[in-house]
Amino acid sequence: MNVIETSGLGKRYRHAWALRECTLAIPAGHVAALVGPNGAGKTTLLNLAVGLATPTAGVVTVLGGRPAGSPDALDGIAFVAQDTPLYESLSVTDMLHLTRNLNRHFDQGYARARLAELGIPLGKKTGKLSGGQQAQLALTLALARRPRLLVLDEPLANLDPLARHDFMATVMAAAAEDGMSVVLSSHVLAELERVADYLILLSEGKVRVAGEVDDLLAAHRVLTGPAAEVDRYADLAVVHASRAEAQAHLLVRTGSADPVPPGWEAHPVGLEELVLAYLREPGAATLPGPVRTRDTQPSEATK
Amino acid sequence: MTALTGSAQPGQDPRMRPVPWQRMAWVTWRQHRLMLAGVVAVLGAVGLYLLKTGLDIHHAFAVVTANCPPRCNSRQQAFGILATQYSSGMPGMILIAGLLQVVPALIGTFAGAPVLAREFETGTFRYTWTQGFGRARWAAAKLALLAVVVVVVAGAFSLVFSWCYGPIIGLPRFSALGSTTFDLRGVVLAAWTLAAFAIGALAGVLIRQVVPTMAATLATWTGLALATGLYLRRHYAAPLVTSSHNVAPSAWVMSQWWTRGMQFTSYQPASRFWTFQFIEGGWLLALSLLLIATTVWLVRRRAA
Repeated sequence: MNVIETSGLGKRYRHAWALRECTLAIPAGHVAALVGPNGAGKTTLLNLAVGLATPTAGVVTVLGGRPAGSPDALDGIAFVAQDTPLYESLSVTDMLHLTRNLNRHFDQGYARARLAELGIPLGKKTGKLSGGQQAQLALTLALARRPRLLVLDEPLANLDPLARHDFMATVMAAAAEDGMSVVLSSHVLAELERVADYLILLSEGKVRVAGEVDDLLAAHRVLTGPAAEVDRYADLAVVHASRAEAQAHLLVRTGSADPVPPGWEAHPVGLEELVLAYLREPGAATLPGPVRTRDTQPSEATK
Repeated sequence: MTALTGSAQPGQDPRMRPVPWQRMAWVTWRQHRLMLAGVVAVLGAVGLYLLKTGLDIHHAFAVVTANCPPRCNSRQQAFGILATQYSSGMPGMILIAGLLQVVPALIGTFAGAPVLAREFETGTFRYTWTQGFGRARWAAAKLALLAVVVVVVAGAFSLVFSWCYGPIIGLPRFSALGSTTFDLRGVVLAAWTLAAFAIGALAGVLIRQVVPTMAATLATWTGLALATGLYLRRHYAAPLVTSSHNVAPSAWVMSQWWTRGMQFTSYQPASRFWTFQFIEGGWLLALSLLLIATTVWLVRRRAA
């Protein structure tokens, strides 16, 4: 089952396309990270998936083919929006009751236990909580719905490093416990490296990379060799090249079994390095993930 | 309303029942109790004042009528005596009725406008609209509940007002159809309040910011009320025309003119009060329902 599946999905706001020809499928059982620079279309894609926005073009379905935003889609998805909006004049207890009243399932015991564990006072107005506590409350409200898919839009943006760690620990524990799938957008790459096992890279409203992190890392290597010989490797799928005085570093798309050219050394690549390389080269694209329809973009890497 | 819930979409698990409607009662109460308490407090205070004034008027009126000299058999004369005794007198009563014209506008501005505008302004719609309840049902339930409450409160207020002003309705300058009291009595006050609330709700979806929405609500309501009072209401029924000089003081005089030495008067008789009430209440109710339905449709359709 794919938790989010899109086909030719596009969203145009007044003047510009926020997302274009987005075709991807995120399989269930992953913690999928949606990365990309600001304005890449991450929030737009998530808004479309949770039904807050309606597509200008194409189709988006969730949880195995349910139309995004339909009652049974909303029933299985919990969404924590950017800046974790809460009713600031309501107390924490009121937010629990509110969420319980607006959903078919709500695990009151779980929510109260977690809030007690976090030391968030139930009687306090949500507007008076710290940013980290607000984020944890929003996450707790989402998790207590026992969703099959948790969607988080930039959950870490306003949190300090400790709060980030605690927040992601909660997400990972819930995912491990319930088999819940997670899709989160973020530009905090370092944090994602520890948690994400599926990666979607968006830039300029298009999908550049999608696939399981392990597959992606296995399919890329960094080659280090004499700078003078760089041009001889134009036929290799070079994602990004950087030159020092005498040495060049090429991030190439190649299997680990492929032969290393003489005089060059091969190193495995890290997730952050991989993401940065693709972000620096907006023309490069690779889509090894389970894609619904044949991707129409040229998968030839360029340099 | 059921058509808006999307409950008949294909591919849905037939065992899955939507979240029950009545759950919105708690949600609405908890989120809007301060606003509702404010409305009740303000109208309650004014209502208490009217109650006291009404008791004075009714008492004084009864005394004057009982002690009427033999040739005094009209309410008008009775009130003429009363007016000299009663401190606030007619100008005071007109002033109070004039001030109370703003009651629907205040409810629309402070109760109707923020309901959805605040959700957009603070971003909480992104929380609420992604809950299992469904955003169109959420909007429909919340607006319906709040609309019923403001209508009931306005209706109760209008009963108190009608009772208080009862003895003086029908006197000169207090025609039952005159704009001073017509839209504060009967069903019309509740209907104008509902319309103001609906205007506020719709403006909230379109403007999405609380203060501009409040201003737009006030301006729209005022324009509509002025147009109705000045131009529309007189056309609900064709006016009667008479050449008699003794048009009943309770009648709403539209115009007077001279033709061939005769004075003609066109007027709406006071007996048309309830006809006019139901015409105005009817179109305001239809307009309000249309505005609320449009609001729910926009919530359902509108992209975030």
